[in-house]
Amino acid sequence: MKIARDILIIFLLLMPAFAWADDAVYRYPIDDSYGATILGTPQNLRPELSGKAPVKTMILETDQKKPEIFFYDRGLRYTVAFQDRKAPLIFLIAGTGSGSKSPKVLALMENLYHAGFHVIALPSPTFPNFIIDASTSHVPGNLSEDAVDLYRVMEKIRDQFKGRIEVSHFLLAGYSLGGTEAAFVAKLDEERKVFDFSKVLMLNPAVSLYNSVSRIEGLLDGIPGGPRRVGAFFNRVMDKSTNFYRKGAFVGVDDDFLFAAYQAQLLDRDEAGGIIAVSFRISSAGMIFASDVMTNGGYVVPRNKVLKNSDSLEDYFWTTLHLSFLDYFNEYFVPYFQSRRPGLSREELIEALSLKSIEGYLASSAKIGVITNEDDFILAPGELDYLRRVFGPRLKVYPRGGHLGNLEYRDNMAFLIDRLRSATW
Amino acid sequence: MFRYLIHLFITLGLALYLTGCAASNAHITAEIPPMHTVSEFSDDESVSHTHDPWEGFNKGMYKFNYQFDRFVFLPVVDGYETVTPGFVQTGVSNFFANIREIRTLYNSILQAKGKESLVTLGRFLANSTIGIGGLFDPATSFGWRQQHEDFDRTLETWGVGTGPYLVLPVLGPSTARNASGLAVDGAVRWAVVSSIDPFGETGASSEIEMGATTLEAVDLRHREKFRYYESDYPFEYYMVRYIFSERRELTTIR
Repeated sequence: MKIARDILIIFLLLMPAFAWADDAVYRYPIDDSYGATILGTPQNLRPELSGKAPVKTMILETDQKKPEIFFYDRGLRYTVAFQDRKAPLIFLIAGTGSGSKSPKVLALMENLYHAGFHVIALPSPTFPNFIIDASTSHVPGNLSEDAVDLYRVMEKIRDQFKGRIEVSHFLLAGYSLGGTEAAFVAKLDEERKVFDFSKVLMLNPAVSLYNSVSRIEGLLDGIPGGPRRVGAFFNRVMDKSTNFYRKGAFVGVDDDFLFAAYQAQLLDRDEAGGIIAVSFRISSAGMIFASDVMTNGGYVVPRNKVLKNSDSLEDYFWTTLHLSFLDYFNEYFVPYFQSRRPGLSREELIEALSLKSIEGYLASSAKIGVITNEDDFILAPGELDYLRRVFGPRLKVYPRGGHLGNLEYRDNMAFLIDRLRSATW
Repeated sequence: MFRYLIHLFITLGLALYLTGCAASNAHITAEIPPMHTVSEFSDDESVSHTHDPWEGFNKGMYKFNYQFDRFVFLPVVDGYETVTPGFVQTGVSNFFANIREIRTLYNSILQAKGKESLVTLGRFLANSTIGIGGLFDPATSFGWRQQHEDFDRTLETWGVGTGPYLVLPVLGPSTARNASGLAVDGAVRWAVVSSIDPFGETGASSEIEMGATTLEAVDLRHREKFRYYESDYPFEYYMVRYIFSERRELTTIR
């Protein structure tokens, strides 16, 4: 009898292990894809880390002559967290409009540092700082050109640290647009072999930049009055949040507040989607403006106008907030590349900004893997199947989590680190 | 120390003024209207309701604060953080927070907020005695949460409007009313300190008071995580202005 009981206890102890291994009981708690995207992972479901990573901000000085209004920009800012012994080094590429100190980058940095990696994080090529300092064309979004810029930056950074840290081998990862860019950087690395990445990880990447952007912009169709009324929509959501905050005994606008608001269903689904699109617009506003100033493109700022620090930028802010990424694409991006390559069609350009343009490489390269979610709304219908077809067993799909909502969830982080460490997929 | 600071202020101000001059004499190429202008989007509800008629001045101040942070303030704060152990930093923060309870106290009385006045008085007495002159904060563990009142809020309850947005040197985002509030609170503090004259016997009271003021400023900056232009966002000024106004909205009228 005693033996039977012991076996039962052992079995019970093993139960959670079995359960965790099975996707059917994946326990990331937020079912709704927009909710997950906005809220991320509750603090108590993130990995427990001992101590903080020694994250430092570094500046890669560039000799770009900058317009006066960007006087504060003293070079490309990236972050590092280094081990004090020999270790593999991983480069991270941030998502659309994000810098190297965005919360998601820092979360990845902390976890990867604690897993024993040297970590270097780069801003997204769509981040104003990158557009101003590191982009050759100052027109972000062209994946293969952005990859060349990223690669050059990585080489320069590596040279800066040569002899100061010991690196066993190099890896690469990126999330969202940064994930898509990682694939193009990896392909470039096959030709140049400077890093010879041993593993490349794409986290919730876009398959087609154009499709993903269209889908995010499409979230504004559900708000009252449509995309032209983003200001009214934003005010309404802020009013709701302010009232909710005042009624509750909240100590600050923190995770507790956000989760309480979510549980009270403060926003309906259209509103949640709208907020995601608005935050995307806020990023793209900075991107469009920075690019336009740097190229003297005459898109929102008068051509030849020299902006001074005291000049009001409020009208440019309002204008760029109301321009969609697709306006930028059709009216600014396409004409720019057509002027450089006469005869280039809009469709060809859209094709080029997709993983499909390097499909052969992705299908045959065993070191590249993808992690995404079943309900990641930046993927157009059919694109998840496309990823399955191209990557086969090198694709991991979680049942929920929206766009990067589950990135910091324990299981996700453990899996991600395990993939980076293992020799094969 | 004080003279040194004034000197730095003047030098920095002059430098900023001169760089402004150097940049303004370029370019004569004709401007061409852009493809999109704000007039296309005037049918939408505006988001910012902050009255900012002094924007040009404010942006100059914003830039000045960035430079001041970069060359003076943050290096001093970094030094402070390196030299002093964590528990000393907490003690310093508590000490000055305890002194600021006096400000909260008379302002809650002026606003006729009975409960707040009592909690604040209790906090001040407990922390000054059991908390050894305010170095510790036992009052919070008794469940007496810290209240925040200043003359700006008092003016608000008296029906004075916020007035235009104003970026103050070193102190940062503010409003015209808030600035007058700061001046009043500062004057009250000065009057109290000079009537008590706690360092009178040392013969160096003004130096000690100056040092204390500097330390308080360093402590405040040390606890504020915001860094000018760190977002690298071209419209940061407007985002900060918006967030400043919203935060005021949230913390007042509860």
